[in-house]
Amino acid sequence: MGNLFSSVFFKLFGNKDVRILILGLDSAGKTTILYKLQCGEVLTTIPTIGFNVESITYKNIRFFLWDLGGQSAIRPYWRCYYPNTNAIIYVVDSSDPDRLGIANEELVAMLSEEELRTTPLLVFANKQDLPGALSDAQVSEGLKLSSLKNRQWAIFKTSAINGVGIYEGLDWLVNVISGGGGS
Amino acid sequence: MASRVQKKDDDESDFLFENLDKGQVIQEKRAFNESPIHPRKCSLVISQFLYLLSRGDSFTKTEATDIFFAATKLFQSKDIPLRRLMYLLLKELSTISQDAIIVISSLTKDMSHKIELYRANAIRILCKITDSSILPQIERYFKQSIVEKDPHVSSAALVSSIHLLKVCPEIVKRWANEVQEAISNKSNMVQYHALALLHRIKQHDRLAVSKLVSNLIKNSLRSPYAQSYLIRCCVEVIEETNTEDRIFREYIESCLRSKNEMVAYEAARSICTFKNVSNKEINSAVGVLQNFLNSTKPTLRFAAVRTLNKLAQTNPTAVIPCNLDMENLITDTNRSIATLAITTLLKVGNESNVERLIKQIANFLGDINDEFKIVVVDAITSLSQKFPKKYKHLIIFLNKILRDEGTLQLKQATLDAILTVVNNIPESKEIALTELCDYIEDCDFPDLSVQILHLIGQEGPLTSSPAQYMRYIYNRVLLDGGIIRAAAVTSIAKFGLLYEPMKEKVVILLQRCLLDEDDEVRDRATLYLKLFKENDVRYLNKVLMDDVPVPLNNLQKSLELYLHQGDFSEPFDIASVSTVVETYQSPLLGDGKSPFSTGASKKGDSVTGTPKSNNASNNNNNNEESSGPESFATKLSQIPQFSTFGKLLKSSEYIELTETETEYVVNCVKHIYREHIVFQFNCTNTLNEQQLSNVSVKMVPSDPKLLKYECSIPIDVLPYGEPQQCYVAIRYIPANGYPLCSFSNALKFKVKEVDPSTGELDEPGYDDQYSLERLEIVPKDFLNRAFVGNFSEEWKKMSEDTQLVQTFSLVGVKSIDEAVKQIIKTLGMAPAEKSEVVTPKSAKHILYLTGKSLNNQLIYVRARMKLDQSQTNTDVELTIKSDDESLNDFVISAFIEK
Repeated sequence: MGNLFSSVFFKLFGNKDVRILILGLDSAGKTTILYKLQCGEVLTTIPTIGFNVESITYKNIRFFLWDLGGQSAIRPYWRCYYPNTNAIIYVVDSSDPDRLGIANEELVAMLSEEELRTTPLLVFANKQDLPGALSDAQVSEGLKLSSLKNRQWAIFKTSAINGVGIYEGLDWLVNVISGGGGS
Repeated sequence: MASRVQKKDDDESDFLFENLDKGQVIQEKRAFNESPIHPRKCSLVISQFLYLLSRGDSFTKTEATDIFFAATKLFQSKDIPLRRLMYLLLKELSTISQDAIIVISSLTKDMSHKIELYRANAIRILCKITDSSILPQIERYFKQSIVEKDPHVSSAALVSSIHLLKVCPEIVKRWANEVQEAISNKSNMVQYHALALLHRIKQHDRLAVSKLVSNLIKNSLRSPYAQSYLIRCCVEVIEETNTEDRIFREYIESCLRSKNEMVAYEAARSICTFKNVSNKEINSAVGVLQNFLNSTKPTLRFAAVRTLNKLAQTNPTAVIPCNLDMENLITDTNRSIATLAITTLLKVGNESNVERLIKQIANFLGDINDEFKIVVVDAITSLSQKFPKKYKHLIIFLNKILRDEGTLQLKQATLDAILTVVNNIPESKEIALTELCDYIEDCDFPDLSVQILHLIGQEGPLTSSPAQYMRYIYNRVLLDGGIIRAAAVTSIAKFGLLYEPMKEKVVILLQRCLLDEDDEVRDRATLYLKLFKENDVRYLNKVLMDDVPVPLNNLQKSLELYLHQGDFSEPFDIASVSTVVETYQSPLLGDGKSPFSTGASKKGDSVTGTPKSNNASNNNNNNEESSGPESFATKLSQIPQFSTFGKLLKSSEYIELTETETEYVVNCVKHIYREHIVFQFNCTNTLNEQQLSNVSVKMVPSDPKLLKYECSIPIDVLPYGEPQQCYVAIRYIPANGYPLCSFSNALKFKVKEVDPSTGELDEPGYDDQYSLERLEIVPKDFLNRAFVGNFSEEWKKMSEDTQLVQTFSLVGVKSIDEAVKQIIKTLGMAPAEKSEVVTPKSAKHILYLTGKSLNNQLIYVRARMKLDQSQTNTDVELTIKSDDESLNDFVISAFIEK
């Protein structure tokens, strides 16, 4: 049985693992999401200098999640990790409307890179547990997601602290990657 | 299993790596980006990079950065062998690549990874990347890793901390408790690393170090590495604190009995380096080394013989018990050991076995390299001084080295050695000349040929049968190049001058040289021939025998200065060249390495007028004239008031007349002329709110009758921070004796306040003065160092009728060593026969000194000294011999007033 299953799996994804970048401004909650996904717990994190990489298996797919530091000093290095990326998770701090503009600029700059021309984009409007958090629509508007062309994208309201929305987003990704199409 | 396969793979490809191309390997790095990762493929690429790096291939910043970032992709791999290689590559590249901080988060996480290998490696890379801004964030992981049980992790953390101590000492110092805990780790290596770190943390606090060391001595460390380190710490404590506490010495002594060879050796070596060591201590240390001499391990034999070799310089008698063992080592297959054994034996050798030793060295000379041959040559040189009667064997041996294959450096050292022997042992002249004549028949180095021809010309005519050398010299004229032919012509002419019976033959030979194709040869021959025909002996003497009247170094400096100035309206005047000789460090003085003779030679520098060495302490206020005595002479001769004083005979060392931290810093150099003394005061104004003008030094002599005031040259303006000189000149009459007296001094000047912000002067200012320390003229100012080949023979030759004997006591001088230093310092003369080396702890000693007066009269001094019964004073019996009784009195006066 196991053999049979793995050969089906093999057909779906070739011999590739799924490589996903988790990007976003500093203190958006990227690392917290990464470890919530990996070990199901909320860890106390410190600002990421560089990156964290973890693998998780979800719905029989092995994901390599690359959480790159969001501090302005580290953003220039994001590009070093663009090649061979299967999807991008862009995390936004919904409780910080002031920096939504910067988040948009960084997103636009990133998506204009040749290597990420058609890469699917999953946006997490994070920190929904905080009072006064923007809604997914407001975040979507702030990021001008509607203007994206030739790209599968989706936005989810999430809270890394209580886990809301994260797996829903991941389900969407699984769907997109295995060729099922997105929203 | 997997790793074994990997390893085999690596071994095989090692061979393949030989023609590895950097560009190609850089292409291969794309393997790191593949998904999924192929561990074996990536491992191979990393191995190739590591191979290139260790081979010394250089990577540009861009290349290194590219590879570094590509390699960071491998953090996702869980393949342990690959991860290990990845860490190694990242570590190597982290210092070349830009932005290595990109791996900090990942490494910080790995520091607490469950796999030890990740932890240890992550720490080692982090240590290279971390700076003081990042360290506080990961400090806690470091502390954890230090107390980790796993030795690899703990060692990595400790060693990394040692490196980090240089980057951010304050943070690492906070880890002292953790490090202390790591000392009790079971692993030998960890214990050693922890001790090393702890010692470095406390390095600047002597009390803390000595507390740490004494605690650990009681704790009895188990690790031999740590024990060896602790021995070194003990030595440090003993030397730096002069502690009376016996526990440090007792610990080292107890380590001599350690079963571990490394520890026992370290203890023995340390004892050999002690300044004050008892016979009992040194004997047991030498006993341990003696055992090692017979070890089957070459490293132990080498270590032991090397230590004994050093010990033989300071304490030859202590080494004697090992003589038999070292003789066995002469045939050691390891030539380094054999050479050291032999030179050690030569150092401690006695008259009876020297010949045999030399024969033995000659047997294996072909097997050792030039560097060691120079060591042997040096040893032979000092031997010639010890056993002058053996000159024949020494000369023959040196000649053998001269004739064998070798570099110019070796040959020059050998020739110098022969010249030293010839100079010191007149009997050796003939045999040396004969051997050298033979040598120049087939000499590849023109430099050496010229030197030898000069020597033959100088000494040959004075031997019993001068004619025999002529053939060799004339052969050079027929067979060699221009430079050598010219030297040979001069040499021939010297025979004509110095040995009357050969004069006619010399004239014939010179005539044959008139048609030489080389200008220099023709010119020399023509000149000499003309002088011979006119029989102008006086002028011949001047041309042939007089050396340049000034030291060549000084001449060279003056010429360079002359060319540099670019003003050629006046011809260069050789009279302007200083005759002050820079210290000539005779090879006979032995190794400059022994702590004491270095001290002596520094002293020598300063008494012969090179204040350079003293300058360091003078901040930077003497920069412009720190270029040696030559610049003094030049500078002084340019001052019109002093131009009539004649040659500068001697300049003293710098004498501080103020504390270095005061408002005005003044030091003085005494320049001695035939009938004058010029005091040069170097003044620095350290107050930025003052400008001084008309600065001069007022000197009041204690005995005005001895001298006459000549002139004073003030400093016009002395602004803040720019040192300048003012001078006072006095005149004395040498016939009435040297003006030994003291002066009370005061700096006189006019002060104008300066507004530091605008630089405006507050006119008109006011007169002020500042008192300076007293200044003395002492006998040493009129004495120079001198070198004689064989002190005891010269001493015997001097008549006892004119000698002066004086006994006195050096109050408060508690050791012979100190007494020797003080006597040398007071007289400013050169120690002879290595007599400045004192057997440690001895209560008696004889010191020999040689010096000369300013008119080049040689002075010999013998100082017998012994500690008095209270052990607090040293009694000295000083005997002075020279041809001039008044000179003897003068020398002794250096002590009488004290």
